[in-house]
Parts: sequence; structure tokens; C-alpha cells
Amino acid sequence: MAASLFRTSTRSVLRAGASSVTPRAGVAGLTFARGKATLPDLSYDYGALEPSISGKIMELHHKNHHQTYVNSYNAAIEQVQEAQAKEDIAAQISLKPLINFHGGGHINHTLFWENLAPKSAGGGEPPSGALASAIDGSFGSLNEFQSKMNAALAGIQGSGWAWLVQDKQTGAIGIKTYANQDPVVGQFKPLLGIDAWEHAYYLQYQNRKAEYFGAIWDVINWKTVEKRFS
Amino acid sequence: MAGKFTLPPLPYAYDALEPSISKQIMEIHHQKHHQTYITNLNAALDAQANALQTNNVPQLINLQQKIKFNGGGHINHSLFWANLAPYGSDYTNIARSAPGLKAAIEAQWGSVKQFIDAFNGVLLGLQGSGWGWLVRNPGEEGKLAIVSTKDQDPVTEQVPVFGVDMWEHAYYLQYTNNKASYATEIWKVINWKIAEERFTGGVVGSSLKL
Repeated sequence: MAASLFRTSTRSVLRAGASSVTPRAGVAGLTFARGKATLPDLSYDYGALEPSISGKIMELHHKNHHQTYVNSYNAAIEQVQEAQAKEDIAAQISLKPLINFHGGGHINHTLFWENLAPKSAGGGEPPSGALASAIDGSFGSLNEFQSKMNAALAGIQGSGWAWLVQDKQTGAIGIKTYANQDPVVGQFKPLLGIDAWEHAYYLQYQNRKAEYFGAIWDVINWKTVEKRFS
Repeated sequence: MAGKFTLPPLPYAYDALEPSISKQIMEIHHQKHHQTYITNLNAALDAQANALQTNNVPQLINLQQKIKFNGGGHINHSLFWANLAPYGSDYTNIARSAPGLKAAIEAQWGSVKQFIDAFNGVLLGLQGSGWGWLVRNPGEEGKLAIVSTKDQDPVTEQVPVFGVDMWEHAYYLQYTNNKASYATEIWKVINWKIAEERFTGGVVGSSLKL
């Protein structure tokens, strides 16, 4: 009981930080003071994005898929720490793909949950202010942007994500796709991500992925995207 | 040019792989996913013929990835359907249907079980969509190897003895995130007779030129 309470309080603290890596007190059997990544809570119910995304998809996607990325990332980091302790450079390098994949999966899903919202909480309400101007300036209109984003999503050959990104140097916004769980890092900053893995829609839409890409705009949280845009 | 490639019929009923793979998965996988690869491959080949006629080299280059992805999807699924067999059928028995391949597997991996464990390790290690394959390298010795290909990249340099589809659409409606169960179940419906034929003679009886 104590452990589950501790875990719950840890999670609520973590909601503020996307990286979800935070120091915490050692618990029995853990010698590392370093914190572990944990699954962030959703700020809405699993069924709250219906009919765009079914409650069953949200539950599996959050509790199972995202949790697996978190667990596997923590396991990989532990191996990295062991390799560092042994000064085994080759082992550290060989672990990089696991960090990229599972760490990327954790980052991407955390950003994704936050840039979605139920209609009752503003999901689908168009952006305003500077972001709206930037979208109009870069794409002509919000509609034009959405159809270009949907084309990018439909063009992904395999698993991956499409993002509205901002160039950190020029401030320009643009659409980019990333394979598998490759995260948006480096030159670009992630503003809005849409998951195009089959697990994100298959139970509801099967092979009709264009319908999913059409429906998701009803639950996009543009307020979050505005905050990420600068 | 249109309609160059067509969907090959399955050599068994949609529900023949149950309970390992559900009828619903097989129907959507074959009628929708595989058909879409063929439709898009034919469209890309039409566009390629036009581009060739008009000497449009940039367009020819632009079409290469579409042809690889959709052509690969067509090849991979065609090989996959053929290397599966009805649940409980004799072809799913490696000892009876693939004595030569079984001996080669045991020589390389120690036992069939160790081979399957190694193969499943490759399947579960895929990061994203892709396939696991048992391939035979060219040449007289023709060593076996377990390889993975990403997305719809096909095996082109070696003989694909059999393949296992690890795209989520191959199992999600039945197994959801439990892909390890799918990777265990698939071995009950591997067609070892076809695997033996490809192992000894390459891929035959196919217009796919492998």
C-alpha cells in the first residue's frame, strides 16, 4: 500500500516535466539515488477522446505501450550505468539504439498525450495569436496545414510520427516525419506530434488510417502547441 | 499497363490458421493491406512507364522508393501466405515436412527450439515495422541465417526460406500489445513443406522472380 501511494505521488509530481526523470528517495532494494522514468498520468479519462480515439485504444496505448517504453528505457539506462562503471565504451555505444528507441518512445508519447484534449476541454479549437499567424504564413491556412500534415502521415512507410516542428535557429515552422520512435531533437523543437504507428488506431480504424488522420484534429490541444511555440 | 500485378488467392481459408491467427486478421491483411500494396505498386509502375517515355529522370528517381516499398509489400506478403499452413495440418510438422531443413537448422543452432528462440529474439527486437526471415545464402554451402528487414524491404540477395510479418497489423486485433504471444503462436502455422522446397530449390512457382 505504501509503495503504491508513493508511486502515485511521484507520478503526479512528474506531470510537470516532460522528461519525467526526477530525483527521488531510495526505496528498498534500490541503491541508485538517480530517479527512474515513470509513466505520466493522462490529464483526461481514457474515453474522453471518443469518438476520435476509442477508450480501449487509449488505455492500451497508455498503460501498455507507453509503459513498456518507460520500463525498457529504465532497463537500458541501468545497463548504460553498468557499462559506464566498467568503463566499457563499446557496450555504451551498442546501447545507444535502445536509448533512442525506448527513450524516444517515452518522450514522443508524453508529448502526444499533452497535445491532445477532449472536446469539452478545448480539443479541436483552432490556434490563435502568434502560432495561428505562423501557420497561415507558412501554409496559407489551418486547413492547408492539416491536409499537408495528413499527407505526411499517410506517406510514412512503416511505423513513425509526423510533427509540426520549429527550427530553433530561424524560428520557422514546418512538417517533418520521423521513423519508428526517433524523437524530435537537435535542430528542431517538437510543437505537435501525431502517432502514425498502427497501434495508435488499428483497433478502431484497421487499415483505414486516413479516417484516423481526419478524426484526430477534433481532439488536438492547440493551447499546448501554442505554449511550445516561441 | 494498369492491373499488372494482382492479389494472389490464399492457398487456404481465412479461418484456417485459427486459433493462431484469427479469420478477421487474415481477411483484412489479405484483402486490404496486401491489395493496397499491389494497387500502389501498379500505380507506381504506370507512372514509371510514363516517366520513361518522357525522359523524366527526376520522376524516375522519385518513384524508386514507392516501387521498393509497395513492391516489397507485395513480395513479402506473397511469400508469407505461402509459408503458412492450416493449424494442425501435416505441413506444420517440421520433422515430417522438412527433414533436410531440420537437419540444417540443428547443425547450425543445436536444436529447433534454440533456433526458434533465436528467431523470436530477432522478431521481438525489431524497433518499428518489419519482418523476420530465415534466409539461405547463395552458393553450394548455402548457410542459413536469421535476418530482419525493416518496413517492407524485401530479401533480395538470399533465398527467403520463410518470413514472419511483425507489422502490428499482422497481430494487433488479436494480440494487441502482446507481440510475444503472436511470436510464439506463429510457429504452429509455419508451412515447413514450403520452407523445405525453398531451402532446397529456391522460390519456385512464383512470378516474383526470387
